[in-house]
Amino acid sequence: MRGGSLWQLGQSITRRLAQSDKKPLSPRRYFASGADLKKTALYDFHVAHGGKMVPFAGWSMPIQYKDSIIDSTVNCRVNGSLFDVAHMCGLSLKGKDCVPFLETLVVADVAGLAPGTGSLTVFTNEKGGAIDDSVITKVTDEHIYLVVNAGCRDKDLAHIEEHMKAFKSKGGDVSWHIHDERSLLALQGPLAAPVLQHLTKEDLSKLYFGQFQILDINGSTCFLTRTGYTGEDGFEISVPSEHAVDLAKAILEKSEGKVRLTGLGARDSLRLEAGLCLYGNDMEQHITPVEAGLTWAIGKRRRADGGFLGADVILKQLQDGPTIRRVGFFSSGPPARSHSEVHDENGNKIGEITSGGFSPNLKKNVAMGYVKSGQHKNGTKVKILVRGKPYEGNITKMPFVATKYYKPS
Amino acid sequence: MALRMWASSTANALKLSSSASKSHLLPAFSISRCFSSVLEGLKYANSHEWVKHEGSVATIGISDHAQDHLGEVVFVELPEEKSSVSKEKNFGAVESVKATSEIISPISGEVIEVNTKLADSPGLINSSPYEEGWMIKVKPSNPAELESLMGPKEYTKFCEEEDAAH
Repeated sequence: MRGGSLWQLGQSITRRLAQSDKKPLSPRRYFASGADLKKTALYDFHVAHGGKMVPFAGWSMPIQYKDSIIDSTVNCRVNGSLFDVAHMCGLSLKGKDCVPFLETLVVADVAGLAPGTGSLTVFTNEKGGAIDDSVITKVTDEHIYLVVNAGCRDKDLAHIEEHMKAFKSKGGDVSWHIHDERSLLALQGPLAAPVLQHLTKEDLSKLYFGQFQILDINGSTCFLTRTGYTGEDGFEISVPSEHAVDLAKAILEKSEGKVRLTGLGARDSLRLEAGLCLYGNDMEQHITPVEAGLTWAIGKRRRADGGFLGADVILKQLQDGPTIRRVGFFSSGPPARSHSEVHDENGNKIGEITSGGFSPNLKKNVAMGYVKSGQHKNGTKVKILVRGKPYEGNITKMPFVATKYYKPS
Repeated sequence: MALRMWASSTANALKLSSSASKSHLLPAFSISRCFSSVLEGLKYANSHEWVKHEGSVATIGISDHAQDHLGEVVFVELPEEKSSVSKEKNFGAVESVKATSEIISPISGEVIEVNTKLADSPGLINSSPYEEGWMIKVKPSNPAELESLMGPKEYTKFCEEEDAAH
């Protein structure tokens, strides 16, 4: 077998998942010794539970545990999953002007968010391309909590800091705090709410998708957001790091083993099934939120007023339509992977796959990628090239697996 | 029955199993990274394929160690019957949930049969890498090539060294 030695083969998993960190490939990055990698508060806990640890964005993270990635992915949607996502970077922006400040950097209508609600947004560059995607929450008018990708941490923080300095030099009141004292856990699936309810007195049935609360969970003050990266109902819980292991244990115990510790391998399958972008694969510096199908995330007022980096490019795309669009694919044969070419039925190249794999819940291949506008309609028959051979496919809407977000009826 | 179970637990400890009672032993094995089974009576390539030479037919597949590292197989690409394979050249690919790996032929020859069950059940490679997960049957063009392959003990050591190096 070749993909390198078998050990290196295992690394190819993380090679694909770690694309978010777009530094040039260097041997050190992928084959770094354990000593070079950062560890989350749950590292020993993962190892004790049979976690297979791999390097990811400079951290040692579990790619899977004793159960297979397929079983783990299915279990999330049937029961539930607990993910350690403490490698991601949580931060708070504070001050009288934190809202107008953030609006210079993201496409969201931050001012229009009700306190205690949040949304997925995109940090843009001068060309309208995506620097990163992020879930932002307006806690109050003077406090915004946001989470950014682990692989983009240095880039994002440098970007925010640079703009914050300029903003403050003009008299703006904004400051930040990076929550390195906290660990982020993600609890997803049908059992997420019932299990978490055992650990808090607050009525979780009143916390809807996209909403946020600061509350006591299992004896410590946590930031709770009803959101996730799987399409299931669930939460992201920011807990003081010294209580992270206890919280993880409590969640697993309360679920009587039905909620399982779940690794990055299954996490990637789940988000793919949910049609969600992975920054570094499906969204990059040169792709705009309009092209990525995230126009819904650009606030209505922002579409009229702009005021964020690259607004001129994005507003023009909103008017004229983008030249490429992100779409979903089903295909036969081997799973389509990142960089596979997409051809029309006559063999002309019309696009490229940016993420793909086998869907454990649908038991078929799913993929997403970009095609020329005009060729993007659902049902369009395509040919996807895998290892030089064309395989039949068709464009389809996303999510591939219906979402189950908890929304008011 | 008792004798078979004793044999299986001993074989498990020694990391070897006898192909004669293989089909009864497999369920008794827990296929984990430390205890991948290496079958007696087969030859192994350092790219983790095995060859079973019986008369004029050589059957080829990938080892338990390989399938364990690869993870769940979701698709297998195999050559057609009557095509030829060459020693150390790739003849197909195995797709797992997250990665693709080429399969390298340990010997040269003509493909006389392909395991069509793998089209619908690629997971056979994981559950039965030495039996139901066989991939191709080849008429060897140069039986001497088998001499340069590893025996079970050598291959076991090779795997341990490879794993330890990481």
